[in-house]
Amino acid sequence: MSMEEKQNSQTSLDFNQNIFKPTSREEIVEIVKTCYRKNIPLEINGLKSKNKIGRNFQSEKTLDLSDYKGIIDYKPEELYIKVKAGTPLKEIIGELDKNNQQLAFEPNDFGYLFSGESNSGSIGGVVSCNFAGSRRFKVGSVRDHILGFQGINGKGETIKSGGTVVKNVTGYDLSKLVSGSFGTLTILTELSIKVLPKPETSKTLIIKNPHLKKALDFLGKALSSSTDPSGGVFYPDYFGKDFVLNDLTHDGGLTAIRIEGPTNSVDQRANRLSKELGLLDQELSILDSEQSNIFWSRTKNLEVFKSLKSNLLRIVLPMSETLQVIQKLKNFEIKYFIDWGGGLIWASFDQLNTKILSEIKDTVKKHQGYITLIKVEEDLKASADIFTIDPIKYKISEKIKRSFDPKRIFNPGKMYTGI
Amino acid sequence: MSSLQMPKVDNAIMSKKDKIASDLRGIINSKNVLSNPDELRPFETDGLTAYRQMPLLVVMPETVEEVSQILKYCNENKVKVVPRGAGTGLSGGSMPLEDCVLMAMGKFNKIIEIDYENRCVVTQPCVTNLAITHAVQDKGFYYAPDPSSQIACSIGGNVAENSGGVHSLKYGATTNNLLGIQVVLMDGTVTKFGGKAMDAEGYDFLGLMTGSEGLLGVITEVTVKILKSPEVVKAALVGFPSIEDAGNCVAEIIAEGCIPAGMEIMDKALTKATNDYSKAGYPTDAEAMMIVEFDGTEHEVEAYIQKTKEIAEKNNSSSLKISKSNEERLKFWAGRKAAFPACGVLAPDYMCMDGSIPRGKLAEVLNEISRLSKKYNLPVANAFHAGDGNLHPLIMFDANDKESLRKCEEFGADILKYCVKVGGALTGEHGVGIEKRELMCEAFSDKDIQQQLTIKVALDPNSLLNPGKVYPILRKCAEEGRVHVHGGKTKFPDIPRF
Repeated sequence: MSMEEKQNSQTSLDFNQNIFKPTSREEIVEIVKTCYRKNIPLEINGLKSKNKIGRNFQSEKTLDLSDYKGIIDYKPEELYIKVKAGTPLKEIIGELDKNNQQLAFEPNDFGYLFSGESNSGSIGGVVSCNFAGSRRFKVGSVRDHILGFQGINGKGETIKSGGTVVKNVTGYDLSKLVSGSFGTLTILTELSIKVLPKPETSKTLIIKNPHLKKALDFLGKALSSSTDPSGGVFYPDYFGKDFVLNDLTHDGGLTAIRIEGPTNSVDQRANRLSKELGLLDQELSILDSEQSNIFWSRTKNLEVFKSLKSNLLRIVLPMSETLQVIQKLKNFEIKYFIDWGGGLIWASFDQLNTKILSEIKDTVKKHQGYITLIKVEEDLKASADIFTIDPIKYKISEKIKRSFDPKRIFNPGKMYTGI
Repeated sequence: MSSLQMPKVDNAIMSKKDKIASDLRGIINSKNVLSNPDELRPFETDGLTAYRQMPLLVVMPETVEEVSQILKYCNENKVKVVPRGAGTGLSGGSMPLEDCVLMAMGKFNKIIEIDYENRCVVTQPCVTNLAITHAVQDKGFYYAPDPSSQIACSIGGNVAENSGGVHSLKYGATTNNLLGIQVVLMDGTVTKFGGKAMDAEGYDFLGLMTGSEGLLGVITEVTVKILKSPEVVKAALVGFPSIEDAGNCVAEIIAEGCIPAGMEIMDKALTKATNDYSKAGYPTDAEAMMIVEFDGTEHEVEAYIQKTKEIAEKNNSSSLKISKSNEERLKFWAGRKAAFPACGVLAPDYMCMDGSIPRGKLAEVLNEISRLSKKYNLPVANAFHAGDGNLHPLIMFDANDKESLRKCEEFGADILKYCVKVGGALTGEHGVGIEKRELMCEAFSDKDIQQQLTIKVALDPNSLLNPGKVYPILRKCAEEGRVHVHGGKTKFPDIPRF
């Protein structure tokens, strides 16, 4: 009997319960080993802020990781934090705040969309979904900030990859692979995440402008300038009223560009950018740090879709294609906003069915992008593909899934049928 | 050099050399299949020149379709394949096997598309790293990752090794600057991971392939992000009376929220050697010397330089010089970039190690290296990408003296083990290759390694693509691993290395 097995036999798992709420890694290992042996599929949950994203699937038992939480090690001067996967994002952010540091990838808070109030979820969930906020084009996605992880594979073996240092090319970079895998490859237990200093100042240029074409032109120029912006969004007229802020003097469509860094540099760059874009005073509002932070937090929280019942799609595509895709999507009743400086569309559809969806998918695919169904009505969810994949990648995904989870017990079918 | 165990040679393949050559000549232009020893010789080693092995054959495909057909043929006939870009890698990742077909990608040397609207470049894999920047710099753009061999190394090789560089603290390594790749798998399947959009659907195969050292697929096309060049770049050259002071200064700069574009430290031995070699004007009396570089807008850079000055003084800096011009800044770097050749002057041979450590452990690790140096009675000089904790100790020895070589190898392995012990990694940017293969079990458990091997087998069931690299063959922690240079003669003596 190995050391690990000896340890396991010391825990006493009541396998009759349907929801497991482990507090130790040993318990998780035992649960997985039992499920592996008995072929029992598991649904893996953190704080359930995003568990409605993905396909419906059959699972006999639920693994709830919300009690597997806590900060293991935080070294501000080494720019990393190591946490257990069930740790609430809020707790991590609160700890980083004390040292004026942040998670630069500003993950979306899906709580507003799914439950009407903030629920930023657990760090394990954030990593499993890999949805990054507005700084995406500057700092990368969630996966770019994961230095290493420890997890349990589908056989109940504890595995790790990476570490806590930024430079590390030892072996395959599995931290990337598990990011965005929606809990289908491994149960994350520990995560080491890169943290960064908060910028001293944040300023946001808000340009009064209802036209998408012009907005994309502004955003394209801003992202190609040496003024180094860290956020770029466009909200059409119907969303303008959602941003009532002291320094915002109009309520129509708007293009917003964020500049962050040391105070004097932010001022210099903001001025230069407004000159480079040829902006007139009457079409420009400038938000200072506090209001700027409120604006981007509302964007990150998808607050314009707060009361949305259903049909929210997330569309990622090359910026050059955004205008054409939106023009085609306007054949349907949609409301949308643009993030990532033009590379991401959040779009809600009044009506969505299999036929419309396949039309949208074709359009987006033609323009080298892809769609994820974030919130759709149950009957559509049952019949439609939530994620898109081509046959070759499906085949590779199937092999990779098997290499981690040979009996398909982790969230089986959550991403694709058979995976 | 100590002998290296590689996967068992398949004698059946060896005996079919002529048949395989003839079959491959049926797939691609016959002049692109090399089989004479004279033609094969240039491919017998890469940047890790200590190990040499002639391949069975060399193929030089010209199209993706050819790559696919060659791999399919080799897969069906159980022939091992080793992919190779520019051959500048320092860990032996493209060292041939006796019974392998070496796939030299040199003919994939064209930039396919420059797309300013999406701020990316689509290129064939054997275009050099620096050529990408050259192609876009007239419009004020550049490609951020800058391994010091960037003048010669290929972008496909950068993807395979996840290459870093001086600026990776602020801008990330290759993996953070990559949008998409086209890959051919061992069974001949051609597919694309990622593209011009910022993220891709499904599992992150782009992230998996990056840094997989040619074990999972052959890269045939690469799409990278390009960035607008910063307005101002300035550097400071700072001397310290002790390594501890320099280490504390680094930690404090980071803790203050300044993220430099680059931050380098050299110890006294290397400062003196590089200064003698390149006349860079370094403070040779200092125990440690730091080059710190900031980029951004004028105000931003000024603010950071001022802050650095304050922090350096607080940490007992003995000298401090700020670059007044771009020429002066480049002069600061000239010595640092000559670290390898400068060491070649000091001793008949040296080994360059590549460990990664937490920044705060710098003084501790350097003290340990210094202790080991006395123990093994071999001099050592240290260069350090301090900003991201990547250490390059250069151990000096005499390869003609077997005892000296043995001691050097033990010394090197001890350093890397210590890096792992303090929470670091075996390799920060050179890759595992054959060099650090047997040390993998210092960093990973059997289960960790097994999981990685299972992925390998999932994509290459017969383990034909670049076998014998990255993962231990001996299954014991043998004392191996380093870049070995004799008499200052590296494979590419004119390429900067650090």
